[in-house]
Amino acid sequence: MSNLESLKFFWPELILSATALIAILSDLIYERKDSHKVSFWAIGGLLLTFITIRLFGGSSINGLFMGTMALDPFSEFFKILIVLSTIIVMLMSFNSSELDGYRKGEYYTIMSIMAFGLVMMTSAIDVLMFYVAIEIVSIMSFFLAGYLKRNPNSNEASLKYVIYGAFSSGVMLYGLSILFGLTGETNFFAIKNAISQLGPDSNLALILSIVFILVGLGYKISAVPFHFWTPDVYEGSPTSITAYLSVAPKAAGFALIIRFFNIAFGSNSAMGSDEWSSLNSLPWPFLIALLSAATMTIGNLVAIQQQSVKRMLAYSSIAHAGYMMMAIPVMSQSGIYGLMIYLFMYMLMNLGAFFVVMYVQDKFDGENFDAFNGLGWKMPLLGISMTLFMVALTGLPPTSGFVGKFYIFAAVIEAGNQYYWLAFVGVINSVVSLYYYIKVVRHMYFEGERSDIVSLPESKLTTSLVLVLALPTFFLGWYFSPLVEWANNSLNFFLGI
Amino acid sequence: MDNLSNYVLISAILFSLGLFGVITRRNGVAVLMGVELILNSANVNFLAFARFGGMNMSGHVYALFVIVLAAAEAAVALAIIINIFNNFRTINVDDVSELKQ
Repeated sequence: MSNLESLKFFWPELILSATALIAILSDLIYERKDSHKVSFWAIGGLLLTFITIRLFGGSSINGLFMGTMALDPFSEFFKILIVLSTIIVMLMSFNSSELDGYRKGEYYTIMSIMAFGLVMMTSAIDVLMFYVAIEIVSIMSFFLAGYLKRNPNSNEASLKYVIYGAFSSGVMLYGLSILFGLTGETNFFAIKNAISQLGPDSNLALILSIVFILVGLGYKISAVPFHFWTPDVYEGSPTSITAYLSVAPKAAGFALIIRFFNIAFGSNSAMGSDEWSSLNSLPWPFLIALLSAATMTIGNLVAIQQQSVKRMLAYSSIAHAGYMMMAIPVMSQSGIYGLMIYLFMYMLMNLGAFFVVMYVQDKFDGENFDAFNGLGWKMPLLGISMTLFMVALTGLPPTSGFVGKFYIFAAVIEAGNQYYWLAFVGVINSVVSLYYYIKVVRHMYFEGERSDIVSLPESKLTTSLVLVLALPTFFLGWYFSPLVEWANNSLNFFLGI
Repeated sequence: MDNLSNYVLISAILFSLGLFGVITRRNGVAVLMGVELILNSANVNFLAFARFGGMNMSGHVYALFVIVLAAAEAAVALAIIINIFNNFRTINVDDVSELKQ
């Protein structure tokens, strides 16, 4: 489809980029003390984007902009997830006292640009768009990680992020260039046709290019062994940004991995065990399963030793990337929609957990476990919500975390007995993770002085935001069929291509 | 000089030098130079494949996009390094480690 014709299917992205431009311009008008008002424009634009995504949903077109982007319910699911998490994080940032003293207009502008890049990542079907979208997201997240420019920790976080990020996207680009040389094509579908005609003597180059591409993608979802940046960046960044980085880029990264490997290297349409058929030179599913097991084990084992809750949550997000990666080697239909359900649940509970950490950090001036002492008695609402988020992150019933884990584990076991060990490792890891999640709850209720001064958070926004995140985390554990159906439908359209 | 394998060899050498630079250099700016070498090695690949593989123009377009993005990335990275210098009085990446390992 030609560029002009494609524009009318491109409304959500157009509105998102207009939002970013309006945010920049309005930042020029507001005075320094009013510059947080840019967020009203940004949130308004994101809500409009959300509505247009719903309006234009349901159709499935595979060749927007001369075959570089796809519009389908699969990308729609991820777009909604990304826009929702951006709005929630922007609302979170209102309360963040870390950002006080900095001009906030740029903060919201950069977040809208990053949301734009993430939305492009979910629908890229061309190697060029793939790289450009990843770079938009990376460059903007370097900025956001270092936003507190007088704070040395934030500086260090952005330095580590920029070095790891630029390096791994460079390596990925080299891998993409080899892939381009092998196939002569940039569109995923065309790459697939070209790969099926390659002889065995190009196997080595193909393996090299896939390994290099996995470096870039693994960095985005912070999979072992490309996870070294995660704890430092997550600890040093402003907490609201940490929450954002742990959810939205991961979701977009998984969307891109699924789309890339499914289209470029998969069989014709249906997903299944022959998904990796055109890559039979190495046992790829087994290797990725091994990486997934390593990711969750390392994430969990290191999380146990942490003193800071923020850093503990950083390692726990590595572990969660490991659970989600279990669906990639299986690549079955149930695995992928299990992953989508998991990502949705993970968004709610992880944003919630970081929100409570941010609140505690602002009010009690610390992010260590000790700062949580007695929180459950002082602020019952936050205490109960944090307990709920922790239980959900562990994956215990009756919370939404259990539903997400259940679908992924079920898909892994369904895939046959060569993956039983992976499910077993996953279950053992969930048990291990109980230790450090419950440690937070122990500090909130059983350590420190028990005070009888009960208070609610003073701002209504905080109270309502905690409820907005906590209530779905709880009730999606009981009533989840609409979400499951939505994920399943999104995937069916994707497979029907 | 006029065949594909020479260019791919050059790009492989550039890539290895970039990798070496990123791993061994401790100066923040030198690490960035290593990253630029890696990006440009990919560019050489794209151009060589487009020229000798008898392929379409997308290789050239790709190289242009990479140049633009590399410039944007370098701008942000240098801004971050200036900020690091203001706060730490050094741009040695090993000295910038306040966060717990």
